[in-house]
Amino acid sequence: MRQIAIYGKGGIGKSTTTQNTVAGLSEAGYKCMIVGCDPKADATRLILHKKAQNTVMDMARELGSVEDLDIDNVLLEGYKGIKCAESGGPEPGVGCAGRGVITAINFLEENGAYGDDLDFVFYDVLGDVVCGGFAMPIREGKAKEIYIVTSGEMMAMYAANNISRGILKYAQSGGVRLGGLICNSRKVDKESELIGELARRLSTQMIHFVPRDNQVQRAELRRMTVIEYSPDHPQAGEYRALASKMAENTNLVVPTPLTMDELEGLMMDFGILENEPVE
Amino acid sequence: MKNPIEETRKIIDEVMEAYPEKTKKDRAKHVKPNDPTGACGTCQVKSNVKSRPGVMTVRGCAFAGAKGVVWGPVKDQVSISHGPIGCGQYSWWSRRNYYNGQTGIDTFGTMHITTDFQEKDIVYGGDKSLTEALREVKEMFPLARGIGILSECPVGLIGDDIEAVSRKAAAELGIPVVPVRCEGFRGVSQSLGHHIANDTIRDHILGKGGKLEKTTPYDVNIIGDYNIGGDAWASRKILEEMGLRVVAQWTGDSSVNELAIANSAKLNLIHCYRSMNYICRHMEETYGMPWVEFNFFGPTKIEESIRGIASHFDARIMEKAEAVIAKYKPRMDEVIAEYRPKLEGRKVMLYVGGLRPRHTIGAYEDLGMEVIASGYEFGHNDDYKRTYPVMKEGAVIMDDATLYELEEFTRRLRPDMVGSGIKEKYSYHKMGVPFRQMHSWDYSGPYHGFDGFPVFARDMDMTVNSPVWDLIRRKKPGT
Repeated sequence: MRQIAIYGKGGIGKSTTTQNTVAGLSEAGYKCMIVGCDPKADATRLILHKKAQNTVMDMARELGSVEDLDIDNVLLEGYKGIKCAESGGPEPGVGCAGRGVITAINFLEENGAYGDDLDFVFYDVLGDVVCGGFAMPIREGKAKEIYIVTSGEMMAMYAANNISRGILKYAQSGGVRLGGLICNSRKVDKESELIGELARRLSTQMIHFVPRDNQVQRAELRRMTVIEYSPDHPQAGEYRALASKMAENTNLVVPTPLTMDELEGLMMDFGILENEPVE
Repeated sequence: MKNPIEETRKIIDEVMEAYPEKTKKDRAKHVKPNDPTGACGTCQVKSNVKSRPGVMTVRGCAFAGAKGVVWGPVKDQVSISHGPIGCGQYSWWSRRNYYNGQTGIDTFGTMHITTDFQEKDIVYGGDKSLTEALREVKEMFPLARGIGILSECPVGLIGDDIEAVSRKAAAELGIPVVPVRCEGFRGVSQSLGHHIANDTIRDHILGKGGKLEKTTPYDVNIIGDYNIGGDAWASRKILEEMGLRVVAQWTGDSSVNELAIANSAKLNLIHCYRSMNYICRHMEETYGMPWVEFNFFGPTKIEESIRGIASHFDARIMEKAEAVIAKYKPRMDEVIAEYRPKLEGRKVMLYVGGLRPRHTIGAYEDLGMEVIASGYEFGHNDDYKRTYPVMKEGAVIMDDATLYELEEFTRRLRPDMVGSGIKEKYSYHKMGVPFRQMHSWDYSGPYHGFDGFPVFARDMDMTVNSPVWDLIRRKKPGT
């Protein structure tokens, strides 16, 4: 079983990319599970075709405690038998979402969600690694492989670099490695080259460049992955390509994060950040 | 002639020798030979800093200071331990703060109320459980005059807005609801918890609500007496016999109302300086109320204190003060005549909280005993400054002592009894050293005032001279 965590800046397309990739893997015959690690709980809607599934924490709250929870209530099957679970958690501004992730993953482990038949487990993790809870998927020998979704936009790259710093920390204490950057295109100038270079500087690879296509939006509105909604569309092919690259990927590294100056320098080299005159 | 400071320094150095280099350097700053003159520059004890990791400190936390010490004894207020069950359970009336009242009806001292956090409270925030608990308290205990929310660590970690919940609940329930941010990880010991609790009484209770209708020139507050085993009652009795009127007791056997009207008094009398000097300074700055420290342990200090307190009042009080002293003198002499011969020359080592390490010395001396070593769990610089002059030259003064140090000093100094807390008690019993709990008076008391001294004397005799010690083979030092 390979356990993979997907990180990236908020709104970059982690959930969409994860679900489409997992759809591609399942289509190819792999058994997969997705664990959503975000209180928004939108990591499985394209697989389950519903707005949001019952989350571990919401159910636990309703029933009183996690111990009262039944695994069947929170582990559902969707497209091609993909298993889906969501950690769930509080509204923004209250409580501790990170603790929710820890509690949920512990619950799934203790209740046999990680069956031997699984080939892949994907963790779709909220935004940045803001606290220990959101690092849970890459701690204690869970996900050993991380992919960062980014684009050529400054803040997305900044986040990717920051996440690499977090991976570096856990790479030293555990066995976690960076598998590559997934460029989810925002149609920024020279985007492919830029992310390719960032990947090189981080000692990793740009595993795939996913072009921007409105077909993704059309499929999402129908609560489906592109692969399910329009299997013959070229965008479905892109996700299949990403899925197969990930399945075959053996290029797993300890990242070498950049300093802020180096990152800005990189942007300047590509003419994205104008060189301002120094007084 | 031997220099006592140098002799003690040698012993301290020997004890420190077992530590690794860094620990030795650090701990050496906290353990010093006493110089009563204050002339010895290297005898100043370092205090109120983080305990050294790896040593067995005896300290508590901010929650212990705020809930256990300051807020807990307020009898008609319900103190909610807000968070997981443990902190509340282990702070459940452990300090024996006596009070009058019908428990569960108009007073709640021995009761234990907690929000009992579960995972869901951490993940979704504890505000809902708290709001529910506040309503339940009001419903079950309509005579509760206030509710305190004593924060445990997780509340601070997850950033719950207990202030907002308090404001809403206070308006809804019509009683003060006081949020106390005493998360245990704050500060270096329970000391910060005392300060935080003082500040919350200041902000939510003092000077708010009721007012003292008729005032007299003889109105005083007892500050920093938690009525352990009835201590504050013994102190109050003396003050009343002196002709003074006690408006409020902070906080032993106290009501929310008396804390609220305390600013109408004329003078604050402070016993435990460490835990309540904050509120005295506040009342001085805001209401122009002076404050005076006193010591009601043992007849010498009691008499000194009675005269000191009386000097703030007119001739009538001063006369009455002398009459009170004269009245109890025969009884005190009787106690001394009975116990001093049995205790004369016995050596004592103390390691207590923030007051007793210095305040009980006089009482021991009244019995002919000598305090050869003393230390504070959470004293500050100003406590040590008050300690140097009342101890003999060359006595050991310890700050935030470790269990290793306490045991080692006991082996080397050979005290006839040790006075400290419950955590220390049984290791001393195993060492065969007479031991007295000086936080809880070992379930005895009171020790304050003229009523307390006979109990104190009897207990020390009982401890030191118990035949049980002869049945234990005591090891020779160094073996």
